[in-house]
This record gives sequence, C-alpha cells and structure tokens, in this order.
Amino acid sequence: MTNQELAKVANEVRKGVVTAVHAAKSGHPGGSLGAADIMTYLYFEEMDVDPANPSRAKRDRFVLSKGHCAPALYAVLAERGFFPKEELETLRHIGSRLQGHPNMNDTPGVDMSTGSLGQGISAAVGMALAAKHWGDNYRVYTLLGDGECEEGQVWEAAMFAGNHDLDNLVAIVDHNGLQIDGSIDEVNSAMPLADKFRAFKWHVIELADGNDMAQIAAAFAEARKVSDSPVAIIAETVKGKGVSFMENQVGWHGKAPNDEQFEQAMAELAAAGEEL
Amino acid sequence: MADVKKVATRVSYGEALVELGNERDDFVVLDADLAAATQTGKFKAAHPARFYDAGIAESNLMGLAAGVATTGHIAFASTFAMFAAGRAYEQVRNSIGYPHLNVKIGATHAGISVGEDGATHQCCEDIALMRTIPGMTVIVPADDIEGRACVRAAYEFEGPVYMRFGRLATPVINDREDYEFKIGRGVVVREGSDVTIIACGLMVAEALEAAEALAADGIDAEVINMHTIKPLDERLVVASAKKTGRVVTAEEHSIIGGLGEAVASVLAEQHPVPMRRVGVRDVYGESGPAVDLLHKYGLDADGIEAAVRSVL
Repeated sequence: MTNQELAKVANEVRKGVVTAVHAAKSGHPGGSLGAADIMTYLYFEEMDVDPANPSRAKRDRFVLSKGHCAPALYAVLAERGFFPKEELETLRHIGSRLQGHPNMNDTPGVDMSTGSLGQGISAAVGMALAAKHWGDNYRVYTLLGDGECEEGQVWEAAMFAGNHDLDNLVAIVDHNGLQIDGSIDEVNSAMPLADKFRAFKWHVIELADGNDMAQIAAAFAEARKVSDSPVAIIAETVKGKGVSFMENQVGWHGKAPNDEQFEQAMAELAAAGEEL
Repeated sequence: MADVKKVATRVSYGEALVELGNERDDFVVLDADLAAATQTGKFKAAHPARFYDAGIAESNLMGLAAGVATTGHIAFASTFAMFAAGRAYEQVRNSIGYPHLNVKIGATHAGISVGEDGATHQCCEDIALMRTIPGMTVIVPADDIEGRACVRAAYEFEGPVYMRFGRLATPVINDREDYEFKIGRGVVVREGSDVTIIACGLMVAEALEAAEALAADGIDAEVINMHTIKPLDERLVVASAKKTGRVVTAEEHSIIGGLGEAVASVLAEQHPVPMRRVGVRDVYGESGPAVDLLHKYGLDADGIEAAVRSVL
C-alpha cells in the first residue's frame, strides 16, 4: 500500500477507536489514537499475518504491552478483517469478545493477553526466544508506553533480549510524553529511553514523527536490516492524534467522549479522511 | 527410620527434567540464577542448548515462559517458591494463568525446611497464593518417586501447573510396584477407621510415622497422600471423612489458605466433621537446621500425633 493509502486506513482505525470507546462509555482513547498509525503500518504492511488463519504457527506476532490501548488493537484487527467492524461497539460489554484489556483466548488475532504494564514485553521476548530456539523465521513486535517504561520488568526483559541477540524482536515505545497523573517528566520520567535501550545492547531507531507513515515505514525498514541485536523504535507521537480536543490532553488518557464529543470527533475524522 | 532412603524432591525435579529431555525436545527450561539450588543445573549440563537463565529477574522469568508457551511449546520455569509464587505472583496470574498457558512452574525450597536461610526464604504461603488463580493446578509431591512422576504428568497436562519441591532430603515412601500418579487423585497410603490424616509433601511420611505410633495405642488412622491440592480430590476427602468421622490435615505451609483450608471448605459444605489443621500457625519461620525447625513448629510426626489425640 502507498503511504497515503495507509494513512487512510489509519484514519478508519481512529474512527473505530472513537466508536468503540464511545460505545463502551469508558476506555483509553488518547494513547489508542496516538498509536493508530504505527499499528496500522504493522498490520497492513509490516507483519505477515492472515485474518483467515489467525493462529498460524509461523505468523509474525504482535504484543500490545500497553494493553490499555486495546481499542486501537481491536480497531486495526477489525479493519484488517479478523472480525466484523460492527463488533467494535461491544467493547467492554458483558459477554463481548473485546475485553477492556486484550485477552488472546477471546479475540481472533490477539497474540498475548496484556494489560498489566511491563508484562507484555517479557512475553514478546519469550516469543522471539522461542522462534530462535526452534529455528522459526517469524518476527515479534511489541508496543510499549513511555510511562510503562517506569516498570522495572521492562528493563529485565530488555536485559535478556539484548544479551540473547534477539534480532527478530522490535519494541516500539509510544513516546507521547503523558501518563495518567500528568506529563512523564512531572511523574517519574524513565528518560532518556534511547540511551537506556542502547545500554542494554539494543539497536535504537529514533522516529521523529510516529504519526507519519513515510517515517514509520523508514523506521521499520531500518529495523529489518539489523542483525544480532533487538531493535527499539522510540516513536514520538501525539496522544489523542486526529481529534483536536483530545490531542496532547492528559485528561483523555482514560475517558470516553460523550455523545456531543463523539459527533465532533467523528466529523473531524471524516473531514480528515476526505482530505487524504 | 535410619535405613530409609532419603531424597530431596528438588533433586527429583532436576533429574526428571533430564530424563524428559532425553526423550523430548519440545520444551525448554528456564531458571533465575538458582540452577544449582533448584537442580535445573542438571538439565543445563545434560541439555545445555535447551536451558536459559533469566538471571535474577523472576518477573521476566515468568513472562518469558509465558511467551514461549504462546508458540505451542512448553516452558518449565524454576526458582525458589518464595520468588515464583511470591515475587512473581502477578506475572503468574496475569501472563500465565489468565491466558491459561502451558507453563510448568517448578518451585523449590518451599516451606520452613529451607532451614538456615531463615524467614525471607521460607515460603509458607505459596500454596495459598497459587490455588487462588483460576485454572492453576497445584501439586505437592510427597517423595522422590512422586516428584519425578509429577514432572512427567505436568508435562503431559495441558495448562499451567505449579509444582512445589523441597530442599530437605526426605524419606522415599512410594517405592512399590503399583504406584501410579494421577493429577487430582489422592492416594490412601494407609487404611484406617478412627481418624483420617490428610497430608501433602514431606508431611506424608510424618503422618505415616504418627499413624504407627497411634496404632500402638489402638488408634487406627487412615493416611491420605493428597499430592494435588488443586483440583482437590473432594470425593476421597468426603468418603474418608464419612468412614472415620474425624480429619487432621498436615502440611508444611501456613494453616491459612493451604491444604487444611481446602479440605475444611469441602467438609464444611459436604460432610462436616471435627477437624484439626497441622501447619505453620500464621507466623514467620527462622534460621536453624531444617529438622529442628520442623519439630519446633510442630511439623512432624509428634505434631500430627498430638493433633490426632486432640480431635478424638
């Protein structure tokens, strides 16, 4: 797909995020919107996955370590054809396959249950280790929050991956600078992330605009060329990207839009789609 | 019992892994810098390419095992019980239990028989923690033979399993032709009519010794080896309680949340009988020789015998 086509898909994913969170009356729109471009690129361009056979043994894997951005994962999986888009409106409802945080046993296409921060990256490292151990060629991707990097387990996992030369692993840090209690600088910053991953023997790619498809594509292309070390992509993103009143607003980390806000957000995304 | 063969179940674990590794290559063994102590070092020596050391990072140890298991293979994850069930509780719950992954946790150095290392390393809460996790199977083998058998059974079982092994060499009691290990199936190791002693781990041998002492006084104790704490063999618990009318449980674990409470819950709902629980009575342990500690905390034949006499 062209970058413009991918951007159009990402815009549809954003509509899915807003629709799902509005229908759920709770959830995490900010981070989901900010990560929509990267996750669209992963599922539509980068990863070898098959919606008709979501459990295929040799598929590439994705672990949403920042599991609260489940709305983005569900929206992109639905857009990719893993399940009907109408199902997005069941997010967080009783009996739904779309749990508040991802569960691999509920949702087609979800490769690992996540939600408790810091744990997803460990599972991704375990997957990458298994691929190497049994001689499989699939690649493993995981998306972390910058706030999530305050969890000690992230660095336990980074240490292991670096020491085992897991060049089939790519960890993307969604660096939007905000966490629930405020800016990461105010709360307890884990910066500088690039230096930390380098110190743990990772190849680091600094992605200046993680909401720009051309730059995202270039970063993942570079990641594929790396051998003998895992790759960390530190992606600068805008939390709430695409919905004007949510952009860079920490208050939209974990809050659903009301009906009026929902209409406005969907109108903005529709207009953006027209322009693409 | 001076001439009785004694083996620590952690040794059984390490040696069973080696044997399994000789036959199958669809699993890996992970440890967290305790391979010499947990005995996975034996597996490392025999199958070095299938052993991975997570270092002193138990949270990541459990996450790695979970990730491996998502790929359709099996991971054994090993460390001390304190760190497997305690430090990494939430990783076990959310990354292994919730997705019901095929991870086999080999937790060694459980209970007060850790000895000299003292309270920080004497985990008497792991059974309680692990049995609260939905879908988790919890096994406490009684001796070397059962320790080996449970490793193989766990390997063949689909789903997460917590196996609890000890540091202290304890008597081999299951050395007989017809021994069979089935997950969730308790074993009557001594038939009796006056009282039922339900024990697990090293307390099974102590229960048998207590039963012999009681027999000298004309008290006929039935002894059940309840190697699987979850799922509990409820049918056997109730049947034996109906037969004898009195139950004593014995475990090297807190009386809170362990075998005793599991048995008590079943009996309270299905067939209430007078009961006593032998276990660690809501206290921390301390440093000392393992055998002396077991005696001090009432975790031996004397303690079981006293409990039986108090319930008759």
